Amino acid sequence: MARAASRGGVLLSGEIDLSCNVNGVARKLRVPPLRRLLDVLRIDLGLTGSKEGCGEGECGACTVLVDGVALNSCIVPACQVEGSEITTIESKGLEDIQQAFLDHGGAQCGICTPGMIVMTRAWLEACERNRATPDLESARKALAGNLCRCTGYAKILASALAAVKR
Amino acid sequence: MERAVTLQRPEGPDKVTGRALFASDLKVEGAWFGGTVRSDVARGELLGFDFDPRFDFSRVTIAEPDDIPGRNLVAMIVDDQPLLCARDIEHWGEPLLLVAAPDAELLRSALASIKPRIEASEPQLDMEASERVFKQLEIIKGDVDAAFASADGSSTRVIEGEYRTDTQEQMYIEPQGFIAFPPDSQGTTLVHGSMQCPYYVQKSLARVFGIDPGRARVIQAATGGGFGGKEDYPSVLACHAALLARKSGHPVRMIYDRHEDLAVTPKRHPSRVRHRTLVGRDGTLLAMDIDVLLDGGAYTTLSPVVLSRACIHAAGAYRCDNVRIRGRVVATNHVPYGAFRGFGAPQVCFAVERQMDRIAVSFGMNPALLRQRNMLRVGDSTATSQVLRQSVGSEEVMREILGRTSFDVYPWRAPKTGRIRRGVGFSFFFHGAGFTGSGEQMLQARVAVELDREGRAIVQSASTEFGQGTLTMFRAIAARALGASPEDVLIGDCDTSAVPNSGPTVASRTCMIVGSCLAKACGELAARVGPGTAPFRERARAFVARDGDPRVEITYASPPDLHWDDATYRGDAYPAYGWAADVAEVEVSLDSFEVRVTRMVTAVDVGKAIQPQMVEGQIEGGSLQAIGFAHLEVVTSQDGRFLQDRMATCIIPTSLDTPEFEVALIEVPFEHGPYGAKGVGELPMDGGAPAVASAIEDALGIHVDHLPATPERLMELWLAQHPEEVFF
Repeated sequence: MARAASRGGVLLSGEIDLSCNVNGVARKLRVPPLRRLLDVLRIDLGLTGSKEGCGEGECGACTVLVDGVALNSCIVPACQVEGSEITTIESKGLEDIQQAFLDHGGAQCGICTPGMIVMTRAWLEACERNRATPDLESARKALAGNLCRCTGYAKILASALAAVKR
Repeated sequence: MERAVTLQRPEGPDKVTGRALFASDLKVEGAWFGGTVRSDVARGELLGFDFDPRFDFSRVTIAEPDDIPGRNLVAMIVDDQPLLCARDIEHWGEPLLLVAAPDAELLRSALASIKPRIEASEPQLDMEASERVFKQLEIIKGDVDAAFASADGSSTRVIEGEYRTDTQEQMYIEPQGFIAFPPDSQGTTLVHGSMQCPYYVQKSLARVFGIDPGRARVIQAATGGGFGGKEDYPSVLACHAALLARKSGHPVRMIYDRHEDLAVTPKRHPSRVRHRTLVGRDGTLLAMDIDVLLDGGAYTTLSPVVLSRACIHAAGAYRCDNVRIRGRVVATNHVPYGAFRGFGAPQVCFAVERQMDRIAVSFGMNPALLRQRNMLRVGDSTATSQVLRQSVGSEEVMREILGRTSFDVYPWRAPKTGRIRRGVGFSFFFHGAGFTGSGEQMLQARVAVELDREGRAIVQSASTEFGQGTLTMFRAIAARALGASPEDVLIGDCDTSAVPNSGPTVASRTCMIVGSCLAKACGELAARVGPGTAPFRERARAFVARDGDPRVEITYASPPDLHWDDATYRGDAYPAYGWAADVAEVEVSLDSFEVRVTRMVTAVDVGKAIQPQMVEGQIEGGSLQAIGFAHLEVVTSQDGRFLQDRMATCIIPTSLDTPEFEVALIEVPFEHGPYGAKGVGELPMDGGAPAVASAIEDALGIHVDHLPATPERLMELWLAQHPEEVFF
């Protein structure tokens, strides 16, 4: 049995009770505090839409929203999402962006696509919140942390801009 | 030009919703986790292993060379690569032992508890010093020596150049992965994973297990990019997982993390290409003497065919009566190099295009006009003496790119000022579609189409979708050839137990070769079903109901007028070529020497764009990989180990690095391709890098002959020409 150990008041091993809301569903889990959010989603909850491309926060394929903020779930420990609302590619409300990616050739192999779509959602929300114009340069910057090797990004950026209109 | 109706990807909805199942998404009850014990030196002798006595090895399964029931090798071109190294270690990261454990944590502990004992020896890491040759070949046309000997120095010039390219990583965003199952009651081994070439994997499994290929069943999972990187290596990984599954009696998942994937999977061959060119007063190429050297790494893998494609493309898309191309690929103790989009052509295209720029400088000619003077046209013959009879888009491509960019009147290399220097560069290139020489004839690709009881047509092929749009293209071709609506065309699962061998999904061959078989099969099926006023699906349903034979299978037949001699490397190297030209615009900072590619205009003759949106996607994506190859992507090694073994250090372009693309699709049809289509997959990888290098030369007035053109390299070249700026 794993023993709970603490340092500076933070529980580093053993297991914790985790309550969070994933795509509108309340979830209660018992997980190691440093378990990667990506593993909680993919393994514990069976939500395999978020992908692991690098495991070190570089590629963005595992992007999810935590309380509206886009994060790489491969470097977020479970203990940091206690009480949070988490949005993944499996969430409702992404249909317009998904259709834009289908219509404009934004998905090729599909492995970066879930992260791109979730990041596009974050970008659109940020533009609305900040009353900023969702233009090409703004999309480029917003999606710069999501790597794609297939498209050259042209059709992804076109998809994101088309999602603005939808 | 009438633009084809854009179809939605059949697999698109699953991809945008996250429902598509990639290898690591497959849920398999009771699956164990597999891992690999590897060498930590580039060369040496394996003496044994130290097993940490504190770890209970009874909880895991270990597979070693003796557990291999068939042959201990990776079936590729030459049988020189063991599946598990038994004694002589040839490269860093070579697999020595395999371990499977019921959970990932235990696997980590087990791997950490096994240390190989290796007597290291001096590795050969310098391709230029290596004397072990995997393959060499020579292409001879005319008489190069006589041409140089008879050259009159007053009216001709000899231009020499040496060009180098470094390693490049494919960096598909999904790392390699497989799940293998223990043999079932009939002795069939099943593997399910990420790959380009299911029948390559099947062949490897059959050799390793000593079984009939039909007893090895291979299913492709959704595959997150390949670019050649999932051509040969999946054969290794699938066999590793299958070996562990067989020995442990459990399904075994082997999903590489990014670090392992970067450290041990094959990458683009480093190259050194030398050119010696005899040029007439008016810029006409009179003789080309070319020497190609590739580093093959530790085992043969695909190197002979990479060398072959490299040599055939080495003289570029130009007419010259006297050509000699000598090529060799040598063994070193680097991790084996393998397939990456372009397959040898990007390296030699960089060299010949830079050589053309060097000639342009020497003669004071505009680079585009120099190329226009020398480019291959209908009726001309290539370096392999192939007479180009049809679908030669060179004139159309040149007209289009010059019409869009006016590069023919651009004052290339005119002096610039300011701390940000802007430049524009040009490249012109071609790429053979399909296997080289007699490859397609030997392969005999097969494709089938079958009607179900509902009257829908199901396409059966082993051609894989990994982003390019294979399935969409098949659906478009089949619908048109059947006269059916696209929704009534379904694509069968890519499972070797259910689909015929249409060959590997490589070499820009899927549309032209497999697509032409599919069109033929559908034409035959439509004829069987017969004409009528009712929609195809209704007629097909009635045809099946009256017991009509619902399945047509076609075997590829090479066009009858193609001839290739493998002994002399003369003849029709490819059925058809794609033609293209790139104009790249860059900004280079004289403070940081960073390069920003701001715009890329490309004109591409694809024969026929079956699905223009997807063709554009291929061209933009390939071009950005070429731009990365040009100035951004660095892979170096030390003691045979790649230093960039994480995504944080092994960088690829982001959305901030991508230029504005302008893609002009040109259609000069090829009569043997489906509706005139040729290949497009690799072509855009060839010309982007030399166009960027040419633009850097325009911006800075320095000749870039080594890729990638990193800030460090550019600064060195710049300061060599501007010693007054040296401040340290």
